[in-house]
Amino acid sequence: MAEILGGVFTSHVPAIGGAIAKGLQKDDYWRPFFDGFPAISEWLSEKKPDIAVVFYNDHGLNFFLDKMPTFAVGAAPQYDNADEGWGLPVCHSLKGAPEFSWHLIEHLVGADFDITTCQKMLVDHAVMVPFQLLWPDAKEWPVRVVPIAINTVQHPLPSPSRCLALGHAVHDAIEEWEGDERVVVVGTGGLSHQLDGERAGFLNKDYDKFCLDSLGPSPEALIKDTSLDIIEKAGSQGIEILNWIAARGAVGGRVVEKSRNYHIPISNTAAASLLLERV
Amino acid sequence: MHAEKHAIPGTTPFDGDMARRGYELNAMCYSFNDAENRKAFLEDEDAYCDKFNLTEEQRRAVAARDVLAMIAAGGNIYYLAKLAGIFGLSVQDLGAQQTGMSVDDFKAKLLAEGMEA
Repeated sequence: MAEILGGVFTSHVPAIGGAIAKGLQKDDYWRPFFDGFPAISEWLSEKKPDIAVVFYNDHGLNFFLDKMPTFAVGAAPQYDNADEGWGLPVCHSLKGAPEFSWHLIEHLVGADFDITTCQKMLVDHAVMVPFQLLWPDAKEWPVRVVPIAINTVQHPLPSPSRCLALGHAVHDAIEEWEGDERVVVVGTGGLSHQLDGERAGFLNKDYDKFCLDSLGPSPEALIKDTSLDIIEKAGSQGIEILNWIAARGAVGGRVVEKSRNYHIPISNTAAASLLLERV
Repeated sequence: MHAEKHAIPGTTPFDGDMARRGYELNAMCYSFNDAENRKAFLEDEDAYCDKFNLTEEQRRAVAARDVLAMIAAGGNIYYLAKLAGIFGLSVQDLGAQQTGMSVDDFKAKLLAEGMEA
């Protein structure tokens, strides 16, 4: 039976990728954010996961508005990164885990989640920035990956409760997998930020703290709001907390918080990282 | 009948109405994932807008580099960011423009929020 090691949660602001490319990790502006990661990287090198299940949102690299799946599960042997239009270096590709992906897909559809299945799928900064943060010195990515994209772009968005339920179904599927792989769950994006409109630059420390405090011990507290309630509290793009909520569901069970960091600002974002280990 | 929309100050949720209104503009911006398309836009902006059948409202907003007007015309910020990237503008530049602040003031406001206890 596969083992779920825990969950890693991090912001995925594109500018972080730019800072990594320029080697700015120790600059005054960036250091308080990057300081959150050595503890997580050490935990990963100690726990040695084989597979990462990554909940994220695509920002117009793989999906356009012609076809916008609510939940899309990768089933590819390899996931390529590509030019997103504003100058981030293209990262090297990720290896997939197609048999494991299809097991998840079978389980999810069996549990009444009408997902979209992707045998080809480009992954954008929402996957690649976290990978660069978690495995900063990797010449080759040390894990295979199953990306699960949640629509946070075009309303109606899935509800927070549905995202948690999706995570729970992924959890059950991982636990049923007969292989002995060690699995880490990753949730990316957030925390509070808004890029668009007259309210651009909006942040909400109180709501972010509530999210960080609740995610481990009581994720149900986060699903009392609708997605629009969360946008009101966390900003238009703060809704990316849906990825964290789904990932927390996939970790399942009880967890202990091993690491937390919160820093304002990275670009327009209240940036955070969190490590929750399964107990 | 649509249910009454959940109004959020200074925010336009990108719903079905906006997604329909903005389809052409967003399609053009999506094309800017490709470096050749970015180059083609810079070489002949009018012709490039024609190719994507932008509405008059969208063309005016793009010509004016007016982000709020692009959003009103159905633009989604994730796609608009790719247009901004052509001009070397970041989301902080866009934030400053939308809030009527200088870029320095906009950045300072965010830094100040980080300083508060």
